This record gives sequence, C-alpha cells and structure tokens, in this order.
Amino acid sequence: MVTITDELALAQARKADELMATSNTNPLTGIPVVIKDNMCTKGIPTTCSSRMLENFVPPYDATVVEKLNGCGAVVVGKTNMDEFAMGSSTEHSALFTTHNPWDLSRVPGGSSGGSAVAVAASEAIYALGSDTGGSIRQPAGFCSVTGLKPTYGRVSRYGLVAFASSLDQIGPLTQDVTDCALVLNVLAGYDPRDSTSVPYPTPDYTQILAADLKGLRIGIPKEYFVEGMQAEVEIAIKAAIGKLEELGATIDYEVTLPHTPYALAAYYIIAPSEASANLARYDGVKYGFSYLETGSMWEAMEKTRQYGFGAEVKRRIMLGTYALSAGYYEAWYLKAQKVRTLIRREFDQAFAKFDALVTPTSPTLPFKIGEKIDDPLQMYLSDVCTLPINIAGVPAISIPAGFADGLPIGMQIIGKPFSEETILKIAHAYQQATDWHKRRPEI
Amino acid sequence: MKLSREEVLHIARLARLGLTETEVNQLREQLSNILENFEVLQQVDTTDIPPTAQAIPLQNVMRRDDEVIPSLPPSQILANAPRREEDFFRVRAVLE
Repeated sequence: MVTITDELALAQARKADELMATSNTNPLTGIPVVIKDNMCTKGIPTTCSSRMLENFVPPYDATVVEKLNGCGAVVVGKTNMDEFAMGSSTEHSALFTTHNPWDLSRVPGGSSGGSAVAVAASEAIYALGSDTGGSIRQPAGFCSVTGLKPTYGRVSRYGLVAFASSLDQIGPLTQDVTDCALVLNVLAGYDPRDSTSVPYPTPDYTQILAADLKGLRIGIPKEYFVEGMQAEVEIAIKAAIGKLEELGATIDYEVTLPHTPYALAAYYIIAPSEASANLARYDGVKYGFSYLETGSMWEAMEKTRQYGFGAEVKRRIMLGTYALSAGYYEAWYLKAQKVRTLIRREFDQAFAKFDALVTPTSPTLPFKIGEKIDDPLQMYLSDVCTLPINIAGVPAISIPAGFADGLPIGMQIIGKPFSEETILKIAHAYQQATDWHKRRPEI
Repeated sequence: MKLSREEVLHIARLARLGLTETEVNQLREQLSNILENFEVLQQVDTTDIPPTAQAIPLQNVMRRDDEVIPSLPPSQILANAPRREEDFFRVRAVLE
C-alpha cells in the first residue's frame, strides 16, 4: 500500500452506515476496496509509484472512483504498482518492492501488483487495477485472484493517469467471479468525459452467471502454448480446459492465430510510442517533481525528467521517441500499427467460430524478485500471452486454475468485444466446479 | 543493428530527457538489443493493410452541447504548481 486512507475509510464507513439505514444501497456499500495508485482520488496522493508524482494530490476524482464513492464504497488505500504502470513485476515501483504472498521471495506480477496482493492477502475485499498489456491479469494469475480487463471503451478512463491511451483499460481484481460481476456492474458504462468510452447499454453481469456451459464453443489457440513455457503451467491449463469440456463446452484444440508471434514486438513499439507522447506532460511546470536549481527552461525540463523518472520509464520514453522520430516512423510505428490490424482481424475471424478462447495467463510461474530486473526483454516476455488482447481491444479474464510447488497458475479466457458476460459465465462455471479460487496464502 | 552514441543522445534530446553517462551507455546496449529482436516485424507482409490506431473505433463522436458547467477554481488547479505567482504558473524565460 502506497497510501493507507484510514481517515477517509472511517468517514466513508459512517456514510455507508447512513446509506444502509435507508434502502438506497448497492452490493458494494460499506465494502472495503483498494485502488491502484494511478487513479485520481480527490485530496488523496496519487503517485503512480513515481518520484515524479510523489507529492501530487489530485483536485478531482477519476470517474471510477466517483462511481465507487456514489455507492458507498470504503476506500482503505492506494496500491503499489510499477512506475506509471510500466512493468510486469511491481519491481519498477520507485517507492518499494511488493512481494508475492504465496512466496515472499517472488514477484506478485505487475503492474497492478499491489492490488492483486491486497485481494490475495484479504487486506481488501476487492481492488481496482489498470491493464495496458496484462497489468490486471498477469498479477491476478501470479497471486491467484480473479482479474478482468474489460473491452476497450467499456469503462471510463477519465482520471486514470495515461500510459498508452489506445490500450489502457480499468478493471476489477476480486476473490471470485461473482464479485467481479458485481464490481463491473458499477464500473461499466458510458462517460462523456472519456471520448473513447462507448455509448452502449450495459447488462446486469450477475444475471448471466450460470453453472453449465452447454452450447458454448471454446477455441484453444496453439500459438499461446509457446516455446519456453513452463511444463507445470501447460499441464494445469490443459487440465482446466478438460474441466470446461466436462461442464459442457465444445473445445477445439486446432485454432491458430498465426500473427501472435509478432504481437510482442508490435506492442512494445505501440505502447512506448503512446507513452512517450503522454509523458511529455511532465515538464516540472504544472504539477509533480520540478528541478528548481537553474534559470534555464530546457535544463529545468531535462533535469526534472532525469530525476523524476525511473529506469524503465526512461527506457520506454526513449524507445517510443525513437519509433516516432523522423526517418523511423514508417519502419517502426506505422509498421506496428499495420501488424495490429492483422492481429485484430485474426481475433475477429476466430470469434466468428468461437464464443471464447482459452490460454494460460502467463507462460511461467511467478519468478524470483531480481530475476528479470536487469533484462528488459525477458521482463517483456512475461506479457506474451496477455498483450495481444490489448492490441485487439477485446475483453479477457484471468482466474485461478491450479498450483505447482505452491505457486499459483492463472487461466485466461478471452471474449468478443463487449461480451464480458460470456467470459464471466465460463469463469463462473469453472469456479463452481473447482476450489482453486478459495485457497488463501498462509501469511 | 547497433545504435550509435549520437543517436541515443539525439533521441534523449527529442524527449527532453537528461541522462547520465552510465545511462547513455546502458540505453545504447538495451535499446539496440530490443530493436534487434523487434526486427521480426519487418518479416510481416503488410501490403495494403491499413494501420489501426484504436481497436474499438467509434464513429461520429459528437461534442456535447455547449453548456456552461462549473470548472475547478484556480486555487485548486494551482495547488500542485511547483512555482506560482498570484494565479499563474511561473515559468522560466523561453526567449533569453
């Protein structure tokens, strides 16, 4: 937890008591929640786990925070993350390292590591995270909780500190699928303050949770069982797929999405490019850290960014600036955007035949703290199963699907755009038939 | 393909990002290694494929009606300003 909001929580608890005395309640009324520290909370520091925003106190609430407050939620804290949501282990937090509650020598995943740990360790009943390339699902998998990345546009991004605007999406991390549906009911919906949020009606996501999967067609894309994948993960996911078949789903193991191997490169060109533009706003003038010991405008700006940003953020700003620069734009950024089209089309084609696709959430078990921190490319590879989903904009959920050597394994269920109810239904049926999600770490 | 020291400094300047000598050397190695791995993108045939900027495109997003709604007071907007003067952000001279 970056900030514990005890006073706010007590005030909100009193308000929740008042609400409960009336009939004006919601299932989230009075329930403790933690929020990733990249969502603006009025009067409460919002640091993005960065030196740059260490002392930043937003003057307004993000739409999702406003919605939670509106139903009487009790916010108990803001959670640690990789700086500006760039990372897959929460080790890139400029503030401190978060440990995996299942094995304290291992990473919790990232970038929403603090949110996943808080739910796994029962420090809160649920959490909000954000997901740009797997930042909700990968830590959910590593910590054995349920984590949903909704369709791009389903949840308002207003007040979410921007990383890569065409990929970012807010979603819930919860103890099970029923809670996930309850939280999504509150988060989902059009917001005129986010021009990319969609003006489509939202169903009651709890209404479609059923126990069997008869008539559903599920595809298993071969490319997600990648080289370098740990055998324990493959065994667990194959067993989980077998369970879905027992529950009545029709499984096709021969699905191919041939452009999947190019998704990693396309993602790590597109996301840093957008990040380099978004993070240009940190100039030391309007808010955030500012280097004051100079009279020169350019020196102040360069030093502000030099001291305010950590290593991974600098790396991505450099990579993105390069990919967008004159002479390289066509070969890198534009090329990546064209590959994005091909990846998106493959998903469209697959979803003409299937209701959902199932893959592992990560190719490996949670890795050791320090294991990948000096090798950016190895760290990027831990998102290999989750980032194609952001490229395509579709929804996906990670749910607990087993353990190996006491370490959690997550299964990812991917759906068509705006078919959150279908993936929730499959995930719910699986949780009715298994008890992985009920296990809690001994801490 | 290995980035030159000059290229790294050029990108850093475009990004207005100050770097130490150690960082310049590290980034030169790391970015070269990353870009070399990403050259697989060039193998993909993208003839006649349009680029995607956003996967769930919306058409005809109209501006809302132009009605006046309250905005934040200057005191709140300026509360986080590193340097301020009265109701303004204080900046350094752009032209000397």
